[in-house]
Amino acid sequence: MTSTDVLWALKIVYTIYAFSIISFVGWFAYRITKKPESYKTWLTPKVFYTYLAILVMIGVGIHILTYNKIPWVAWELKKHKIKPDRVFNITVENHQFILPEETPITIKCGEVVKFNVVSRDLTYGFGLFRPDNTMVFQMQVVPGHNNELLWQFHEEGSFYVLSTEYSGPKGARMRVPDAFKVVCNKNVSMGVGR
Amino acid sequence: MNIKELLINGNNGGLDHSGLSPLQKVTLRFVVIGLIFYGVAAIEGMIMRVHEIKPVPLLSDEHFFAIMTAHPIVGIFGSTYLIVFGAFTFLVPYLMKKPVFSIKIANFTWGIMTLGTVLVWLSGFIYHYAPLYTIYWPLPVDFSQFHIAGGIIFVIGVALIMIGTLAFIVNTYATVFYTPKGQKKQPIKPLLMSAFGIDGLLNIINKIRGKEPYIKDPPLSLPIVAIFRGTVDTFLDALVILTAGLLILFFIFNNLFQWGLHYHSVDALLYKNIFWWGLDLIADGLVLIYVAGTWYLLAMLITGRNLFMQNIARAALLLELIVSWAVWSHHLLSDQPQPEIMKLASGEMITAFELITQGLAFFITLTTLWLARPLKMSNELKFLLGGLLGFALAVPAGIIQADLGMNRLLHNTQWVAGAHFHVAILVGLTMTLYSAIYILLPILTNNSVKLFSQRLANWHFWLHLIGGIGMGAFMGMAGIDGMLRRHVYTEGEFMLYMIPAGICGAMLLAAWVIFMFNIIATIGIKGLIGIFKPSKIDKEVIVPQPATAMQKG
Ligand SMILES: [Cu+2]
Repeated sequence: MTSTDVLWALKIVYTIYAFSIISFVGWFAYRITKKPESYKTWLTPKVFYTYLAILVMIGVGIHILTYNKIPWVAWELKKHKIKPDRVFNITVENHQFILPEETPITIKCGEVVKFNVVSRDLTYGFGLFRPDNTMVFQMQVVPGHNNELLWQFHEEGSFYVLSTEYSGPKGARMRVPDAFKVVCNKNVSMGVGR
Repeated sequence: MNIKELLINGNNGGLDHSGLSPLQKVTLRFVVIGLIFYGVAAIEGMIMRVHEIKPVPLLSDEHFFAIMTAHPIVGIFGSTYLIVFGAFTFLVPYLMKKPVFSIKIANFTWGIMTLGTVLVWLSGFIYHYAPLYTIYWPLPVDFSQFHIAGGIIFVIGVALIMIGTLAFIVNTYATVFYTPKGQKKQPIKPLLMSAFGIDGLLNIINKIRGKEPYIKDPPLSLPIVAIFRGTVDTFLDALVILTAGLLILFFIFNNLFQWGLHYHSVDALLYKNIFWWGLDLIADGLVLIYVAGTWYLLAMLITGRNLFMQNIARAALLLELIVSWAVWSHHLLSDQPQPEIMKLASGEMITAFELITQGLAFFITLTTLWLARPLKMSNELKFLLGGLLGFALAVPAGIIQADLGMNRLLHNTQWVAGAHFHVAILVGLTMTLYSAIYILLPILTNNSVKLFSQRLANWHFWLHLIGGIGMGAFMGMAGIDGMLRRHVYTEGEFMLYMIPAGICGAMLLAAWVIFMFNIIATIGIKGLIGIFKPSKIDKEVIVPQPATAMQKG
C-alpha cells in the first residue's frame, strides 16, 4: 500500500460515512415531528450498551486495521530494529533545508532510507510531495532533537521537499524542488530481497 | 415598512430593557459581544478563503499569517468563550434557583476578555505578530521575524483573556457552593460528589450489585454537573496558557535587556507537550463537555422530561474528565522524538475514548428527544440537531487523524482544519450555541420580544449548515490531496477545492449577516444599547416575577 492508496480509501470511506450520518439525522428530524403509532420502544438499555460496544470496537479497530494494512506504522514502531541501507542527514536553519548531496538525490526502489532531520533554530516540518502536490509522508522537526524517519519507496518519480510546519511567514516558501528521485530498476528491487 | 425605524426600535417596539434584571443584562452583554466577534472571525476567515483562491494584492505573507493568528483567538475566546460563559453565568443561578455569586465579577469577565481579544487582534494588525495559535517554541520569541512590541501586546492580550476566564470560574464555583442569605446551608460533600459525577457512578455500581441507588435525587442537575466539570478543564487550561505567556514575556525581556539566555535553553519538545496538555483541555476537555452538557440541557428543556440513561451520562462526565487530561499526545504523533508509548497510549488509545464519550452524549440526547415524539420543529430543535450532526461528522474525522498511520499523511493538512475542527466548531459547537440562544431568548428578555422573521431564521439555519459542512468537506478533500494548513498557495494548486470552499465560506458569512439582521430587527438598536445600561432591578433577582408568571401561563 502506498500513501496514495491509503488516502484514496480515506476519501471513499469518509464520504460514505458522511452521507450516511447526514441521511440519518435528516430522517430523524423528519420522523421526530410525527406522532408515533405506539409508545412502546425498542430503545432499551440493552440497545444502548450494544451501541457502546460497537463504538469501542470501531475506536480500537481502526488502529489495529491501520497497523496491519499501512506498512509505515510498523517501520515507525520497529525503527530501532531496522537497519537502513542509506542515511540522509539533513539540516534546517534560517528557513532553509541543507541536503547532504546535490539534488536530485537518487534513491532506488526498495531501499530502506533513513531521513535524519535536525533543526538549528525553529520548529519546522519535513514533508515529501509528488509533483501533483499529493503527500508521500511528513514529520515534525523539533529543534534540539534528532528527528528520524524510515521510509521505503515503492513508486518511481521525483519528489519535492516542503516544510509542513509553520515557522513564521517565511515558512511557506521553504521548498526544495526535485529534491529526491526514485528509480525502480527491476533487478535492484528484487536483488535487495527484503 | 421602514427598515431604518425597524432596526432602531425593533419588532413590535423591540426589547424593553428597563424590565431586565442585572443578571439578564450581563448575560445579554456576553452574547452580543460574542456574536460580534463571531462576525469578525468570519470576515477574517473569508479574507483567507479569498486569498487561497486568488492572492489578494495588498495582502503580504506577513499579514496573511497575522490574520491566521488572530482568527482562532477571536473565534474561540472572543466569540465562543463569551457566549458559553454568558449562557452559563445565567444558567447556573437559574437552574439552582439562587442568585449569581457576583454580578461585578460577571461584568469584569466579559469586559476584560473583550479587551484581551482586541489586543491580540491589534498585535497582528499593527505589528503582524504571527506565531499562530499553536505558539510552538521558539517561534514566539524569534524576533528576527517579529517585532518585540507585537509580542508584548499579544501576550498581554492572551493574559487578559485568561484572567477573565479565571474570574468566570471563580464566579461559577462560588455560585454553586455558596448559600444565599436566608436559605438553608447545603452540605458541601454531596455537592462535590455530584459536581464530579461520582454519585452517578456510585448509582451504577449499586445497581450492578443489586443495591438501592446511592442517591435518588442528586443535588445538582446534569447540566450543572457538565458546566462544573468543564470549568475544571478551563481552569487548568488557563493556568498552562498563562504560564506559556509568562515564559514568552520572560524571553521578550531577555531579548530587550540582553540577559544573554538562548531560547534553546527551553526544550522545544517538552514545551510542546506541556502546551498541548493545556491547550487540549479546550479542544478535547472543554468543548466536548460543555457541548454535551448543553445538549442535555436543551434536550431536557425542549422535551420537558428527564434524560434517558441519566446516571450513565453523569458517570461519563467523570470519565471524560480523566480522558481529557490524558489525550494530548495525538498532537505529537508526527514528532519523531516523542516516545512511542505515549503515541500509542495517549495519542491513539485514550483519544479513541472520545469517540465513546461523545457518541454516548449523541445517543442519550437523540433518544431523549425521540421518546418525546411528536416534537415541533422549533428553531432550538433544528439548531440542536445541526449541532449533533456537526459533532457526528467531526469527531470520527478527529479519531481518524489520531492514528499513527493516518497522521503521517494528515498532520497539519487542511483535513485537520476542515473536516475536523471547523466542522466541530462551526457546525457542532456554534449551532448548539444558536439553539441555546433561541431557547434562552424569551427567558432573557422577559418574553417582551417577538422574533422578527421566522423565514430569515430558516435561511440562517440552512446557509449555516450547508456552508459549514460544505466548507469543511472541500477543505478536507484538499487536505487529502496534500494541501497544508498554515500555508499559502499562490500557484492555484488546489483551486478545484478552494473555489467551492470559498462559496461555502461566503454562505457562512451571509448566514451570520442574516441572523444579526433578524436579531437586531427583533430587539432594536435602542434595546441593544439599553442592555449596556445599568439595571435598576435588585441584584438578587434572576428573572423578574411577571416574566416567570408569563412563562407558566
Ligand atoms: Cu486534541
